[in-house]
Amino acid sequence: MRFINVGERTNVTGSAKFRKLIEANDYTAALSVARQQVENGAQMIDVNMDEGLLDSEKAMQTFLNLIASEPDISKVPIMIDSSKWSVIETGLKCVQGKAVVNSISMKEGEGPFLEQARKILRYGAAVVVMAFNEQGQAETAEQKFSICQRAYKLLTEKVGFPPQDIIFDPNIFAVATGIEEHNDYGVAYIEATRRIKEEMPLTHVSGGVSNLSFSFRGNDPVREAMHSVFLYHAIQAGMDMGIVNAGQLAVYDDIQADLRELVEDVILNRRPDATDRLLEAAPRFKGEGGPKKREQDLSWREKPVQDRLTHSLVHGINDWIEEDTEEARQQAERPLHVIEGPLMAGMNVVGDLFGAGKMFLPQVVKSARVMKQAVAYLQPFLEKEKQEMGLVNQPAAGKILMATVKGDVHDIGKNIVGVVLQCNNYEVIDLGVMVPAAKILETAKKEKVDVIGLSGLITPSLDEMCFVAAEMEREGFQLPLLIGGATTSRVHTAVKVAPNYERNQAIHVLDASRAVGVVSKLLSDNDRGSFVENIQAEYEKVREAHHASEAKKNRITLQAARDNRFEIDWPNYEPPKPSFTGARAFSNYPLADLVPYIDWSPFFSTWELRGRYPAILDDNTVGPEARKLFADAEELLNRIVEGKWLTANAVVGFWPANAVGDDILLFDDDDRKNVRATAHTLRQQIARDHNRGRAHSALADFIAPQSTGLADYLGGFAVTTGIGEEEALEAHFKKTDDYGRIMFKALADRLAEAFAEAMHEKVRRELWGYAPNEKLTSEELIAEKYRGIRPAPGYPAQPDHTEKSTLWELMDVEKQTGIKLTESYAMWPGSAVSGFYYAHPDSHYFGVAKIEADQVEDYAARKGWSIETAERWLAPILNYDPRRERSAKVA
Amino acid sequence: MKRKPSWAALEAAAAKRILIIDGAMGTMIQRRKPTEADYRGERFNDWKCDVQGNNDLLVLTQPDMIMEIHEEYLAAGADILETNTFNAQRISMADYQMEELSYEINVEAARIARAAADKWTKKTPDKPRFVAGAVGPTNRTASLSPDVNDPGFRNTSFDVLREAYSEQVRGLVNGGADIILIETVFDTLNAKAAGYATLEVFDELGVELPIMISGTITDRSGRTLSGQTAEAFWYSMAHLKPFSIGLNCALGAELMRPYVAELAHVANTRVSAYPNAGLPNAMGEYDQTPHEMACLLEPWAEDGLLNIVGGCCGSTPEHIQHVREHVEKHAPREVPEIAPKMRLSGLEPFVHG
Repeated sequence: MRFINVGERTNVTGSAKFRKLIEANDYTAALSVARQQVENGAQMIDVNMDEGLLDSEKAMQTFLNLIASEPDISKVPIMIDSSKWSVIETGLKCVQGKAVVNSISMKEGEGPFLEQARKILRYGAAVVVMAFNEQGQAETAEQKFSICQRAYKLLTEKVGFPPQDIIFDPNIFAVATGIEEHNDYGVAYIEATRRIKEEMPLTHVSGGVSNLSFSFRGNDPVREAMHSVFLYHAIQAGMDMGIVNAGQLAVYDDIQADLRELVEDVILNRRPDATDRLLEAAPRFKGEGGPKKREQDLSWREKPVQDRLTHSLVHGINDWIEEDTEEARQQAERPLHVIEGPLMAGMNVVGDLFGAGKMFLPQVVKSARVMKQAVAYLQPFLEKEKQEMGLVNQPAAGKILMATVKGDVHDIGKNIVGVVLQCNNYEVIDLGVMVPAAKILETAKKEKVDVIGLSGLITPSLDEMCFVAAEMEREGFQLPLLIGGATTSRVHTAVKVAPNYERNQAIHVLDASRAVGVVSKLLSDNDRGSFVENIQAEYEKVREAHHASEAKKNRITLQAARDNRFEIDWPNYEPPKPSFTGARAFSNYPLADLVPYIDWSPFFSTWELRGRYPAILDDNTVGPEARKLFADAEELLNRIVEGKWLTANAVVGFWPANAVGDDILLFDDDDRKNVRATAHTLRQQIARDHNRGRAHSALADFIAPQSTGLADYLGGFAVTTGIGEEEALEAHFKKTDDYGRIMFKALADRLAEAFAEAMHEKVRRELWGYAPNEKLTSEELIAEKYRGIRPAPGYPAQPDHTEKSTLWELMDVEKQTGIKLTESYAMWPGSAVSGFYYAHPDSHYFGVAKIEADQVEDYAARKGWSIETAERWLAPILNYDPRRERSAKVA
Repeated sequence: MKRKPSWAALEAAAAKRILIIDGAMGTMIQRRKPTEADYRGERFNDWKCDVQGNNDLLVLTQPDMIMEIHEEYLAAGADILETNTFNAQRISMADYQMEELSYEINVEAARIARAAADKWTKKTPDKPRFVAGAVGPTNRTASLSPDVNDPGFRNTSFDVLREAYSEQVRGLVNGGADIILIETVFDTLNAKAAGYATLEVFDELGVELPIMISGTITDRSGRTLSGQTAEAFWYSMAHLKPFSIGLNCALGAELMRPYVAELAHVANTRVSAYPNAGLPNAMGEYDQTPHEMACLLEPWAEDGLLNIVGGCCGSTPEHIQHVREHVEKHAPREVPEIAPKMRLSGLEPFVHG
């Protein structure tokens, strides 16, 4: 059976010390009392402010709010203890956890009892019910039990209160008072407890134990023994909670045997003279042993002063902060060094723990408070030093303006930074939320602030911060600009904000705990220069890294990439010979033959219906739409095919080919003497963690190198189904018929892709003929389950669009098919596909991704281009910023 | 008290499958880049302060935009739509001096979502769509002091929050919401005030709606902003007997899972999760793809952690569609029997009995 120990030292009726602290408004010391209880093992703390001279509601609210800021205390549930409902309700409005109300009863009848219980349930708390009815407090076991049973019925049946959240307090009264009727009070409680737990097993039984020993005030050893003995028996009967001073409870077995027997006689009412015997013997035990010393781990107090300061800051303990600060001051040359040295070092530990998720916000705020106290302690010394050094007129600390930028209303983080800065004696002007740039700048000028801090949580705030920075630049500001808030980052500040404000520095502040460090350095004449220089250097690096490429990955050198080329076992390979070399045109290809090759999934995604064909037709959400669309498409497709609205033209070619480095030489004929053209390929340079087993491929790797002496071949093709597209649009669709026009163009595109698929199959089976028996379903075709590939220039395996011109020259594509190349090497009409055929079984698709300057230089030389031309055509895949590279070289 | 009739349909749907809640409204509004003038519309042309960023106001000035976003989410397969009312109570509306519009915004927001949901329910009556009236955290915290020198100070109170929430919930119920969703809870005391207000409004209107609750774990510390663990948070809210308890916002799916699992373990009600689409990158953008998000969430469904799932910041209809496609083949989490014990909490849980 577990027993919940409820701390009672924060109870003004139970602790004179606590009452005096509250009366004196010394809430700091009052909080220490609460913390001690939790450290001593209280699993819940009872808070009671029922004192005639106190404003109990206000005291309850103040103390609970303060506890909420102390994670070491508020980690445990609170028991809100009052005999006044209004105080209880005030308390319930202050706790975020599930608390316990102590207590309600039926002393004013069922009406108020039910109403209070309903509200407690709605506030989300458990409840202690006193064994108290209209007639008064229950004294006998029978009375106690029957009142509790009646309350139980009302609570569970009329209010719907969960039985496990009901705690009965069957009244612990003082025994050994000399009044005979009182002798059985201990037994009555224990007996009632036993019956309650038998009849209402989910409920709990609690009690305020200290009442029991009221007669022995001033004799703590006897009181402790009484409490222990009573608890020992009551717990066995089923008592599972108690308001006990956790630090002052004897262990049952440790009680002297004679004392224990005397006490047991009293509590269990075992003999009529029990009280007299205990009263008589009591003085003998007084002062013996005494209350046990509070057990608390204070070993950290033995450590050096830096460690102690750090401990106090990290744990938010202010009990020793002044004496430790004094010790540090005596060791320091100047009082300011204590702040800049040991105290900041401690705050940096706080910052690191916070950053690592090992401390959370309320704790950091508490640390800031301890810091503030230390700084306040040093203040007179700082003043004195200033006078001695004749610096009286110099302002003590900086002025910081803070604002959440326009369009953003989030300010929790900003407020925290504000308070942390204030703690460190900076003057903070907080303009609040949604502050336009103009107001920020105007105030900054008027107030002559030293630093401006901007905050924002939502993404658009990032742009607004850039705007504020640009405005500061424009208006000639010379102040540091701090950037903070959830969506901000060092990278964004370096890349986007800082370049807008070159007159001074924009600095990203990761979180509140770092703000003081940054501001103190910025405002320190000693540190500022080097700090800003470091930031500038750091941000320049961040920018470089970012500018090179947003998705920049490390690249390896071209040479290293070539050394890791994709290896093919050439000696064991016999390249198939195509049925012809040179180019052959296929004009007016039957459209009907292309229809089975259509891959419909991209068609649906054109219409923003996501899903694979044919499953998409039965999709729960888009299924009906997809079916309708598909029906329309099929109908239009029929009309296109029947009416021959489009003309399908293709040209296919094969050339004797051998690879030389990353290029592929194409020869006039099988003598392989005259080079007719060169196909250039690009090689992957991505640095991988595990290079082994993964090659750095270039398409040239899939063609037998010249050195092998193998007679390999490369194919090429260009197909279109777009001839007649414009005329058909004109003839068959109204200008306003967007649906029809989009549908038609989408189908023309699908047909071109289908044409490429159909021709590729024809190449494998007949024209190149290396897979004459291939028989694949259209799904297998779509999944590319065949031998060989047909990469297109401008696509990932060869991102250079200009390679199309080689195909155009080799096959006279424009004349043979009608497909033109635009000045940026796009095909016209758009419903066209072109590419190279590779036949080796190991050839596969890959992405070249970003490449480095060494390959660009090499490629330019191979293509006969200047570097600038190469960089222009390869711009999307450069792993560096050519403008920056050049200006760096010039500089 | 009478239960709203749609409650039974909601329960039936939740018994059959993992329900899909929609994704981010703010992200979708941002994509449309409304200007100050768009926010103002005609009605607030002469308003005394800037209103750009007051997304909830758009239900009055750009109702078609909000309707369109709702429909995009319905098309993606959402079962539950959230009304565009995250900040629609007078405490937050004070930022725009629009306190007096709070009730109206809630009624209109619920009506718009209602119309969208009904339109789609009509298309496929076997898949009813539900409207969750979104009740956000407000911009104040009842458990934290904004002034470090005065930790006992609060810039709001339970009663102020409760009254603001009452007005909001009344608007949502009157506008036709099926569910009250108390979400993005970073201070549990605020949420308790919202819960209290909700029950009061139910009493007042004589009708009871299911309540969904969704907290926010802010970082790897596993705590809410106000310092509670997920389990402690559940114990603080369990008295509302919510239809579901869960988590949303702040974290992407990769970081949220342990805390959702924690709730799934301790809660004897349904569990919901709608994480952000990853964490914002250095540029403040969410770049987790729909596929990535769906692949992160599918194992949750597979492992029986989920009853309701969707997306928060950065998620789009594509994200919701992918998530739906990935989780729909998995059975919803079976709500476990939890032994009746006294479950209290401070910042941390405390179980007794």
